[in-house]
Amino acid sequence: MKRHRNRFSVDWEDKVGRSKNYSGLLLAALIALPVGSVSAQTANTVKLGMVGELSGAGAPSGTNWRDGARLAVTEVNAAGGILGKKVEMPEYDTQTDPQVSRALVQKAIDEGVVAIIGTVYSGSTLVNMLVAKQNSIPQFVGSEAPTIVERGNPFVYRTSSGAQKGVPALTPYFKDTLKAKKVGVAWVNNEFGRGGRNVFIAEMKKAGIDVIIDVPSEQAQTDYAADVAKLKSANPDAVFVYMNQEESARFLIEAKKQTLPMPLVGEVTLTEAKVIELAGPAAEGAIAHVGVTATATEVPGIAAFAKSFEETFKRKPTHDAIKGYVGVWSTKYVMDMVGKTDGEAFSKKMKGLCLKVADHPKILLDTCWDDRGEMSRPSFMVQVKGGSPVVIGAVPAN
Amino acid sequence: MSQFLQVLLSGLATGAVYALVAIGFTLVWQAAQTVNFAQGEFVMVPAFFVLIGMHWLGLSFWISLLFGLVVSIVLLGLVFKKLIVEPILPHGGITLIIATMALGILLKESAKEFYGAEAQPFPALFPGDPINLFGAAVSLRDLLNLGISLGVVVLLTLFLNRTRTGRCMQATAQNPGVAEILGVDVKRMVLYTFLINAALAALASFLITPVYLAKFSNGETLGLIAFIAAIVGGFNQIRGALVGGLLIGVLDNLTATYVTAQYRAALPLVLLIAIILVRPQGLVGTSEGRAV
Repeated sequence: MKRHRNRFSVDWEDKVGRSKNYSGLLLAALIALPVGSVSAQTANTVKLGMVGELSGAGAPSGTNWRDGARLAVTEVNAAGGILGKKVEMPEYDTQTDPQVSRALVQKAIDEGVVAIIGTVYSGSTLVNMLVAKQNSIPQFVGSEAPTIVERGNPFVYRTSSGAQKGVPALTPYFKDTLKAKKVGVAWVNNEFGRGGRNVFIAEMKKAGIDVIIDVPSEQAQTDYAADVAKLKSANPDAVFVYMNQEESARFLIEAKKQTLPMPLVGEVTLTEAKVIELAGPAAEGAIAHVGVTATATEVPGIAAFAKSFEETFKRKPTHDAIKGYVGVWSTKYVMDMVGKTDGEAFSKKMKGLCLKVADHPKILLDTCWDDRGEMSRPSFMVQVKGGSPVVIGAVPAN
Repeated sequence: MSQFLQVLLSGLATGAVYALVAIGFTLVWQAAQTVNFAQGEFVMVPAFFVLIGMHWLGLSFWISLLFGLVVSIVLLGLVFKKLIVEPILPHGGITLIIATMALGILLKESAKEFYGAEAQPFPALFPGDPINLFGAAVSLRDLLNLGISLGVVVLLTLFLNRTRTGRCMQATAQNPGVAEILGVDVKRMVLYTFLINAALAALASFLITPVYLAKFSNGETLGLIAFIAAIVGGFNQIRGALVGGLLIGVLDNLTATYVTAQYRAALPLVLLIAIILVRPQGLVGTSEGRAV
């Protein structure tokens, strides 16, 4: 009886146990089903996180950066994706707020991106690049403040030269072309502006040119009457203008209003399409050194990019659009070379990497990165003539 | 000397626009005993109405200005009063203040959603050709902006002091109960006040946007400075708003030129604190008794 009972008990327990196992299996299957389908989905896609200034003061830069990146993603997918997988690019708006950008980089990483595309504003990048570094996630940025590549972060890479490379390219122009003896600086008091201003002053000192007036202004400043009046009163031979886009436009409008007579020379932003659109005739004659410009149509890759961008977005691309475009394509090229999405392997590959246009046409110009993520490539001098930036000279890679 | 003149005139031109916006604060305060914290956005939005007229409706610039003015008066004057002020005011001034804050956010975000986050170019009303004035190259645009703003303030003051409707509006502002007993159509007078405020905001928008550029966030700074200007000058006096606006415009430029550019944004706040400590009713304002 006991034995029977035992047998019964064993049978029952066995059945219940089996039943439990079946339930467990069923539960596991139910849980695994969506996970499995997500895994299957993620297995076939590669996610890049576009973190940019889509609103706030940095919107002109950030939206162009995003659109350049969007165009590149479309092209990359048409060319077979990254590692043969389709590329997805979720977008995250930093509102031009460094702390928000930091949170969003973390969010993007939590959501499974294998690389960060952004940010553009240096103040944001300096804060959020630490998050990408902690997670060993490669990050292509549009920022140009020198400090970004001076922090020993092996996962951050520029898409255009930093101010410490771009601004020195202007020195021969001030010294030999303009033959300036005394110059002024008008700059926006943020990480980007301060970096450029410091490099410019050091460069002028080396070149034996006196900086006789130094005029800082605030980000999102609207009234430049006092700034321009001070420059006019000091009467330098030329003024170096280093501000973000909207500020550059407002400065140019005020400079024209007060008939500022000397050449206004900038680095990158001063002759951007958005600045010209906003400043209108006031932008006429402005000169800038640009790492890359959509008006350099003698370069076949840039001409094709500009045409495609204009057809897609019904407006001319800016410098930032090209940077976003290059950021996505660089990610594709390097990940395809590495053969996996591993951040550490990506970082090793990037050290001293040179991509030639002959082999990687969408990089647009022969480009190299040094051990710190700094970029080196040929650049241009442009001047606004007839409402458009016109290339007035080429500057070799430095 | 020429630099001082240049900076002084630029400051006066900008300050005159601040004054137009500050007068709006004063008018709404007198009509509804409340503060319209959406006033800055009331100045930001009309520029976008003009851009809609030009780019969406295909109107010429000057017709678009008229379109922008009419739409502003209807939406920011009539609709604002009927849909927000009238239903909320009986629940108290604080409630209405919070409602105007919400309205400001709504207008700002709507402009961003509808027209994008990027700044837009806005045509200038007048040519920017410089004219030589005592050695300083002064912009004709600045002088005309200054002239128009001051002219409007003078006309408004004359209207309020010299016309029957204006005096009825003043009576309504001082004591609506007594004004009603004396036969004044109080509701209509209050409506006029809101319509005038909307028209002033639109004018300020048309004058300042060619320099500031049309952007959804323009109202933030403008509203704050104008609010401070109204307090500095005297919240219950139109001439107080004028004095406050001009003073802040000029001091801002003089500080940035001769003292420090970095702390120019702090100047209006320092001025505000000083005035509140020394003369709480403002430079030309009058003390008001408070009913308890």
